[in-house]
Amino acid sequence: MNAYAELIGGRDVIVCCGTGGVGKTTTAAATAVAAARSGKRAVVVTIDPAKRLADALGIAELGNTPTEIAGPWPGKLAALMLDTKSTFDDVVRRHAHDDHQAERILSNRFYRNVSGTLSGTQDYMAVEKLSELYDSGDWDLVVVDTPPTRDALAFLEAPKLLARLLDNPIYRIVTAPSRGVFRAVNSAAQTVLRQLARVVGATVVDEAVAFFQAFEGMEDGFRDRANATLKLLGDQRTAFVLVASPRADTLMEARYFLDRIRTADLDAAAVVVNRVLPSVSTSPERATELVRSLAGTQAAGAAVALADLAGSGAEDQSRIHEITDAAPDAIMVQVPLLADDVHDLDGLATIADLLTAD
Amino acid sequence: MDPGEFFASSRVLIVAGKGGVGKTVTAATIAAAASRCGLSVLLVEVSGRSAAAPMFGADAQGYEEAVLVHAGNQHGEIRGRSITPDQALVEWLSGHGFQRIVKRMTKSGLLEVVATATPGIKDLLVFGRIKALEAARAADLIVVDAPAAGHALGFLRSPAGVREAARSGTIHRQAVEVLEMISDPSRCQVVLVTIPEETPINELIETSFAVEDEVGVKLGPVVVNSVLPRIDGLDGRLRWAKCSDHERSDLATAAEFRAGRTALQDEQLARLEDRLPLPQIRLPQIFGTSIGPDDLEQLATTMLAEIESLEDLS
Repeated sequence: MNAYAELIGGRDVIVCCGTGGVGKTTTAAATAVAAARSGKRAVVVTIDPAKRLADALGIAELGNTPTEIAGPWPGKLAALMLDTKSTFDDVVRRHAHDDHQAERILSNRFYRNVSGTLSGTQDYMAVEKLSELYDSGDWDLVVVDTPPTRDALAFLEAPKLLARLLDNPIYRIVTAPSRGVFRAVNSAAQTVLRQLARVVGATVVDEAVAFFQAFEGMEDGFRDRANATLKLLGDQRTAFVLVASPRADTLMEARYFLDRIRTADLDAAAVVVNRVLPSVSTSPERATELVRSLAGTQAAGAAVALADLAGSGAEDQSRIHEITDAAPDAIMVQVPLLADDVHDLDGLATIADLLTAD
Repeated sequence: MDPGEFFASSRVLIVAGKGGVGKTVTAATIAAAASRCGLSVLLVEVSGRSAAAPMFGADAQGYEEAVLVHAGNQHGEIRGRSITPDQALVEWLSGHGFQRIVKRMTKSGLLEVVATATPGIKDLLVFGRIKALEAARAADLIVVDAPAAGHALGFLRSPAGVREAARSGTIHRQAVEVLEMISDPSRCQVVLVTIPEETPINELIETSFAVEDEVGVKLGPVVVNSVLPRIDGLDGRLRWAKCSDHERSDLATAAEFRAGRTALQDEQLARLEDRLPLPQIRLPQIFGTSIGPDDLEQLATTMLAEIESLEDLS
């Protein structure tokens, strides 16, 4: 059994992170396939799968519950495409004291902005979905694909998001009693709010205030949930898998991600490098010589192709070594550049083979 | 068409596309090509990273403006600067009566509440800064390297979004003014970037229709990056090639791999042409560690030739 297969066997949660365009969704889905093949009940949460892959997984429609995928494996495989808004609605309903409070929040315009556009909301809901699936006890392994973000830590910060929002001065101000010692604070706050209203418009401020008032009493529930999730992400039940490609810019991002994961004291257990060029043993210098010596012969075209491949292949490998050096304890898996994009279960099975090959 | 005319046809070019398609390289190439037409160029990065400066062999730029290429006889000056969404919001609030408490607002998270209350406000304010630079004629051409990842559409939609969310106040007026700029083709155009692979091309097609229909921005030519140069005679016989056996097998591997990649690429380029009625500018894949001034020179030369061979766009 290779080290990546062991990792799949030993963890409850695998979080795939990395920049966009490196095959993160495919890696996450193939990891779940590998788990199902080893007899596990595995579910993968995808964020924004390419349409053909979503079709293949049977999750082309937004569905917020796992769709089971039949296949030749002893375990169980399911996938879902995260629906940020309805996940958030579920969260509000779960924490609300009664239907009335839930409705007040769900119909608020500021809430709709929060659930749709607040930076980090997608990350936050991915984490929520992860906890929900983990808590259900229906799954041996939950694999999560993370949204492409500008900030590497957005995903890790996500559980704190609403707790932080609810710790906001506006929240405390609008929910504090307007008598006694709070009164002075309140009037200073009112000045700030009035000033803000001049800039962003009064409706915006009113809606925000109404939102915070509607949330009264729910903050403890959110905070407890956030703490439990952070514990799950932070201990040995969870592995972070960094997905990268050998291109210079994405590897630079990958190293940044690694640093952030480690600084946050999380386990960067594996690095999957996708799109690795086929390896050749001819050196770039020798390949350049061959271009000259084989010019005008039948092999001239092949020599030019070899020079390109040997050159880029050598660079790829040296960049991959850099990241190995940066993460000496992490499992390294290289997946070759395939002839075609993965958009069916057979393609995922091929990737699963490559991930877990000895 | 004449490249000089092309680059002078609007004052702001927004280079947009999904992460990993070489948006920054494309923005830098456009800057270099326009400079060679004699235009002065301001290259604006909004991701907070100064990824373009090293391509010009210059030190990483910060928020302050820096000269990347000095003006010469044959080319215009290229300057670079970074405008990040967070900085844009902080600066804007400082300029609107919050200068004394803006730090505290950041620390307490109130700033995030403001940003949440008016989705897209940060991106809009980045546009606001660009509009100010355009109004001040900061350069003949302003090239904007738009945010990475899935944000291209969100970034372009932000002005309209804010106009709806904030129905009054100074921010509303800002949104209206920015919309005027981006919907006027003589002031602003969007160049979408992709690579010749299935998923990026699908996304490009979706994005381009959304950009034109929803945002009402004029789309310039599409830039297709990392196009593998064609190699003739990849199917030639290797049996008699003068080299060792392992080299022969490497030659076979390389030829087969290259032929396969090229075939896939041709299929994707044809599909793009078929599905999206926009002219294409194809830039070659650069084999090299990282893009330096020489590569940029080569890319700019290709881009100028490609523009030359386009029909008049208007």
